Amino acid sequence: MLEVSSLEVCYGDLVALSGLNLHVEQGRIVALLGSNGVGKTTLINTICGLFKPTKGSIVYQGTHLEREPAHRVVELGVVQVPEGRKLFPQMTVLENLQMGAYPPRARELAEESLDFVFGLLPRLKERTNQIAGTLSGGEQQMVALGRGLMARPRLLILDEPSLGLAPLVVQTIFETVRQVKETGITVLLVEQNVRQVLSFCDRAFVLENGCITLGGQGLELLDNPHVREAYLGM
Amino acid sequence: MFTQLLQLTANGLLLGAIYALNAMGLTLIFGVMEIINFAHGEFLMLAMYGAFFLNVWMGMGPYVAIVVVVPLFFVLGVAFQRLMIQPLLDSQEIAQIFATVGLSIVLSNGALFFFSADYQMVRTDYSLESLDLFGVYLGYTRIFAFAAVCMVALGLYLFMKRTYMGRAIRATAQDRRAAALMGVNVRRVYMITTGLGLACVGITGSVLSPIFSVFPSVGTQFGLIAFVVVVLGGMGNLAGAFFGGLIIGLVEAYSGFFLDPALKTVVYFVVFILILLVKPSGLFGSTVRENG
Repeated sequence: MLEVSSLEVCYGDLVALSGLNLHVEQGRIVALLGSNGVGKTTLINTICGLFKPTKGSIVYQGTHLEREPAHRVVELGVVQVPEGRKLFPQMTVLENLQMGAYPPRARELAEESLDFVFGLLPRLKERTNQIAGTLSGGEQQMVALGRGLMARPRLLILDEPSLGLAPLVVQTIFETVRQVKETGITVLLVEQNVRQVLSFCDRAFVLENGCITLGGQGLELLDNPHVREAYLGM
Repeated sequence: MFTQLLQLTANGLLLGAIYALNAMGLTLIFGVMEIINFAHGEFLMLAMYGAFFLNVWMGMGPYVAIVVVVPLFFVLGVAFQRLMIQPLLDSQEIAQIFATVGLSIVLSNGALFFFSADYQMVRTDYSLESLDLFGVYLGYTRIFAFAAVCMVALGLYLFMKRTYMGRAIRATAQDRRAAALMGVNVRRVYMITTGLGLACVGITGSVLSPIFSVFPSVGTQFGLIAFVVVVLGGMGNLAGAFFGGLIIGLVEAYSGFFLDPALKTVVYFVVFILILLVKPSGLFGSTVRENG
């Protein structure tokens, strides 16, 4: 579904990613693991068209994304739920969700999508008219996730959805991600919460110093000595 | 005395509404792009000339002229954004200031060259007529201006709240990168916003043309008031600009009567400073865009 090959991204003279290859299969939850500053966010922002790579290609269902501006990438069905939620703080929950349905393709289905999102995240239904900036962190993450789903993604990219949330809320979020996958949406999950993610993702990749150093099935990586030492502290 | 007070209040509100509409154009552009358009007053001057020439050449009344001036100013706004603002968006503020201040000088001196320094005015049959409302006299031209302002304010409010494009404009103001991730074409939003901002100026200029004389430096006066209103209401805040405009209009009317018309500018600057001392972010803080 998504094929990233020999990607290189630079900030000025600084090489953030180089020779990066990544393959995301349709209908899977694929996790991208790595510690702070290794380029996870850079990678997905490049996929989403916010940065232009200096080399390499990103092919999504036959279309080269590296040439498309961010809003076109969304129209093609690749939707990112950004790190730190990035809600529109002065809009209500409902308005935030409606903003998710901005692409023309999603607009026609907005009503239906809203029912779907409320079914998945019933908490949001009680909060429709609340200003997004006044919600708790967990609720904000739910809005961000719901807003992403409103765009009718085929590939949903989640950047650290568990960041700063209480363990119970994290469980809810991950459970929702699993339900999202059941509806046929492919998920690319960027996380630092390695243990939990590896136990439920289909495949995982480890990003270190700007390129993928390890890849495999989730449970398999859980037993990998390098992963155990570097990310699980064992 | 009571009637006199009512009359003053009415005068203030009718005048303030014009300030409000003018300021809404300025605050919209600032709120979304964080660009201060120092040529705002000069665009208003152009709009007034537009309405004036449409009247002289084609016999169009100022309210009919709106139909021509507004689309023209929308397009002018889009072009202004595309050719001048967009290339400067990521540059230093000093460059942005130089560019729009420079444009304002070009426009006012261009007007001086092409239109001469004479004071001109659109004359209509009803320019001097007033409506007698229980002893309070309301000039028709001011009533029309007031009605136009209220309609535009309501229209903008509904547009911002109810439409996808309106929501996209607010979203872009609050977080432009997040908006792009929602599929918003941020450049297009910028062009439409600037177009709308100048369309507000177009309406203001048209309804102003039978009330105030137009001359090449008329923009300085109205531009300054627009800045005061925008800061007073909270930069980037449409509702703030609306109510801020009415407040400045009222202050001007009362101070002109109770003190001295020549002191009205002093008085509204004193009020302005007092309000900012109490609430530095302006009356309405900021709701179009995020603080900081």
